[in-house]
Amino acid sequence: MLLEVRDLTTAYQGLVAIHGISLDVKAGEIVAVAGANGAGKSTLLKTIAGAERSRSGTVTFDGRRIEGEPGHLITKAGIAYVPENRRLFPRLSVRDNLRLGSYLFRGKADREEPLTGVFKLFPRLEERLPQRAETLSGGEQQMLAISRALMTRPRLLMLDEPSQGIAPKLVDEIFDAVVAIREAGTTVLIVEQRLSEVLAIADRGYVLQTGRVVITGSAQEILDHTDVRKAYLGV
Amino acid sequence: MTAQIFLQIVASGLLMGLIYALIAVGLSLIFGLMDVVNFAHGEFMMLAMYAVFGAVVIIGIDPLMAMPLAVAALFVVGATAYLGVVQHAMRAKANIGMVQIFATFGLAVLIRGVSQFLFTSDYRNVPAERNLLGGKTIELGGVFLPLPQLVGAGISVLAFVGLWLLITRTDFGKALEATREDAGAVALVGIDKNRVFTLGWGLGASLVGLAGAILAIFYYIHPDVAAPFALIAYVTVALGGFGSVFGALVAGIMVGLAEALTATILPPALKSVGIYALYLGVLFIRPKGLFGSL
Ligand SMILES: Nc1ncnc2c1ncn2[C@@H]1O[C@H](COP(=O)(O)OP(=O)(O)OP(=O)(O)O)[C@@H](O)[C@H]1O
Ligand SMILES: [Mg+2]
Repeated sequence: MLLEVRDLTTAYQGLVAIHGISLDVKAGEIVAVAGANGAGKSTLLKTIAGAERSRSGTVTFDGRRIEGEPGHLITKAGIAYVPENRRLFPRLSVRDNLRLGSYLFRGKADREEPLTGVFKLFPRLEERLPQRAETLSGGEQQMLAISRALMTRPRLLMLDEPSQGIAPKLVDEIFDAVVAIREAGTTVLIVEQRLSEVLAIADRGYVLQTGRVVITGSAQEILDHTDVRKAYLGV
Repeated sequence: MTAQIFLQIVASGLLMGLIYALIAVGLSLIFGLMDVVNFAHGEFMMLAMYAVFGAVVIIGIDPLMAMPLAVAALFVVGATAYLGVVQHAMRAKANIGMVQIFATFGLAVLIRGVSQFLFTSDYRNVPAERNLLGGKTIELGGVFLPLPQLVGAGISVLAFVGLWLLITRTDFGKALEATREDAGAVALVGIDKNRVFTLGWGLGASLVGLAGAILAIFYYIHPDVAAPFALIAYVTVALGGFGSVFGALVAGIMVGLAEALTATILPPALKSVGIYALYLGVLFIRPKGLFGSL
């Protein structure tokens, strides 16, 4: 198991946002996390990434316990995280944002190599290298955020609603990229509200409701689930 | 005004201005990095002056040779101030702005008090026999250039070039820029923001340490020596734009020129009037300073 989350609970000033969540991600999988607004999806990713502290529970990555570690060490351990609001460095160039992604590496080859993969994934970024990140369109910013995360050469990539606020045409491009990223050997844990689209590319999924896992199974099982069909797919 | 006097004003103003810029740039750097105004900035400079004085008296080297020592010592002082005081002030749950102000202000009072206790409030000068540059002046076409200021201004220019290269050409520079953009996001690329803050404070303090080491060559040293310089540094930073390194350079030179001009045309007691007139004038037209992005 690449990532093992057990009984994870996180609260904001007493308000419990996720409540005893357990979740597994095997190497090579795409795992989707879905759920309504406020269900706790982002909190789950933030806690794994070290941006929020858990109250209890464990997170094991590649056999090593990482809960409670600061975010930069979790990145170093091999988990890259693209938060909801992307958190690019807005006034730095696209090139600098990408370069910062490979900050942890010293050798020139180590730093340049992932760049080729990134440009293959999102060719339009290569045309915009000298531009400030803040001048990119929403979709391009998402591409840059994913690319910056890939520059850290992660074993697990965590994406929080990559389709949010993006033109429909670019959404497809991003979902295609997620498939390509997995093909290239990086495991993906993806939070999405667009259930049918994400389950089309995911192997397995979890549905959260008010901070708990209510449904889990293969992508097909979740799609077939009556509650899911009623609540999310309107059928 | 004759051309001679005009040239003299420009030369004196430029030399002192470059030194003012070096005093101010560390303050601006730290502010840009984390929105904290270091009210102990002047006290850092005073410590560097004593470090040079101590090295000259105890080891017996020339103040020029003592400079790297003062710079290294101040790096440690700056990093320690962040780790020991500022870092904790930043964790305040309420009124964080006030807590930061009082934290660095308290640090200033502490450093001044301890210095008074250890060094007494006697005025000291680097002994002339060990001061290669001290008191020497060269004349160029009727314009007088004091050698300590001339060398100091040159060192300041080199320091600015070095700082510019560090910021634009190195990974650490990029990490500094990224942290000032969004300190909460640097963990996403594996950067420890606390490490960047610590090094940033070390760097800011080293720069004012270098300025203090230059001043020690031609200025008297005592525990309150930094107060007027710190005031000029705050004005310089506000004038250049909070957080702007280039702004500190330009504003420092402007302040030096304004001071040199007023010193020539007004009685000595009013020598600072020009600086504050310039300050008010610029802020009236451009409240965020010349190169500020606030
Ligand atoms: N920083 C915070 N402080 C206080 N409460 C928070 C904070 N962040 C989230 N919450 C609360 O925690 C709960 C879970 O929020 P979370 O952002 O994890 O949900 P989500 O599933 O990602 O929702 P969305 O689909 O809207 O992004 C919500 O009730 C939210 O109001
Ligand atoms: Mg969310």
